[in-house]
Amino acid sequence: MIPADDAPAAAEPAAGETPAAARRGWPLYEVFVRGKRGLNHVHVGSIHAADDEMALHNARDVYTRRNEGVSIWVVRADHIAASSPSEKDPFFAPSADKIYRHPTFYAIPDEVPHL
Amino acid sequence: MDTSTPEDAELQAQFDATVAADQRIEPRDWMPEGYRRTLIRQIAQHAHSEIMGMQPEGNWILRAPSLRRKAILLAKVQDEAGHGLYLYAAAETLGVDRDDLTQRLVDSRQKYSSIFNYPALSYADIGVIGWFVDGAAICNQVPLCRCSYGPYARAMIRICKEESFHQRQGYELLLAMVNGTDAQREMVQESVNRWWWPSLMMFGPPDGDSPNSQQSMAWGIKRHTNDELRQRFVDMTVPQAEVLGVTLPDPQLRWNPDRGAHDYGEPDWAEFKAVLAGSGPANAQRLAHRRRAHENGAWVREAARVHAEKQAARKEVAA
Repeated sequence: MIPADDAPAAAEPAAGETPAAARRGWPLYEVFVRGKRGLNHVHVGSIHAADDEMALHNARDVYTRRNEGVSIWVVRADHIAASSPSEKDPFFAPSADKIYRHPTFYAIPDEVPHL
Repeated sequence: MDTSTPEDAELQAQFDATVAADQRIEPRDWMPEGYRRTLIRQIAQHAHSEIMGMQPEGNWILRAPSLRRKAILLAKVQDEAGHGLYLYAAAETLGVDRDDLTQRLVDSRQKYSSIFNYPALSYADIGVIGWFVDGAAICNQVPLCRCSYGPYARAMIRICKEESFHQRQGYELLLAMVNGTDAQREMVQESVNRWWWPSLMMFGPPDGDSPNSQQSMAWGIKRHTNDELRQRFVDMTVPQAEVLGVTLPDPQLRWNPDRGAHDYGEPDWAEFKAVLAGSGPANAQRLAHRRRAHENGAWVREAARVHAEKQAARKEVAA
């Protein structure tokens, strides 16, 4: 809350990769919670743990203290493959020019019902 | 800002457009180094504050006056630990790791909120901390839910949802005390007298003396100035104090109909700077405690890591 004028940020690996954590401490896990039956698991944050079981327990204690979930997934952060933001435009380009995949592409007379 | 090459200039322009459109910057996006540095510093200090904030209250868990109050206080202190962890997780998306941040805290290379360097001397303090300190934190944190950095904003949304319980349990505790004996009412007033000014200091130095604010606002990290948030807190708190029947210890505090806000006195900024610099009533004790807890836990962290490695190796052999 109160800005200090010290401590330069460690110029570390690009975010998204697991940083030095794996080297010294416990590995980083990403946490996904199913809020209630019928919903997808949603990413809620991350947690450090020595192994999968501890990751589940820590995730429960940190992210579901108030009935926020009925199911938790944890996955080692270094096991996640992600698209890179720098190639964002070319990577998603194939979906941009196929407007015929959307229902609004097709003109149907107003008097046609239930379509 | 570093716009040394055409690519940098383009990345900078994309970043500026995202912030200007009130969209969120996400971890793997390009961002100016200053933005990253400022966020790491601010989120780390925020996380440290949550963790250090466990101490003044944690000290009272074993001396809670009833099982009800004990269960409440335990849940609140556990929340503070959780808030610290949400925030460390957000900081880690910027490419630092939590062990480093903890090390910087125990080495006094990163700061935490000045408020936690004041001691909690009576159980009334537990109520006043909830009312003032968590109330001030709410004022500070609600605008951060719209911060331009996605992971920080999302952590703040979780935290703000939980913070309301903290403030209300404190206020309810005080209501119980002011409806008790004269001695209890005196305890509440005495506690209010001690915590009022340090709580106002939680919003940071006055706007004229807050050089980083302008840049943070331009980046969409900060949404309101320190003085705006302080004013909001004062205006919120005055009617709450009336209901409790306590006096806020500021002779200059009065409603100003022209401004539509309360005028109030100037906090002692020399005290604020001294506490930040390390000479508050409890700085040394708080840091020593944090350092001890960290060092005493080292063998547990190490043992868990080695055990996990051993189990993994065995599984590999068996497979």
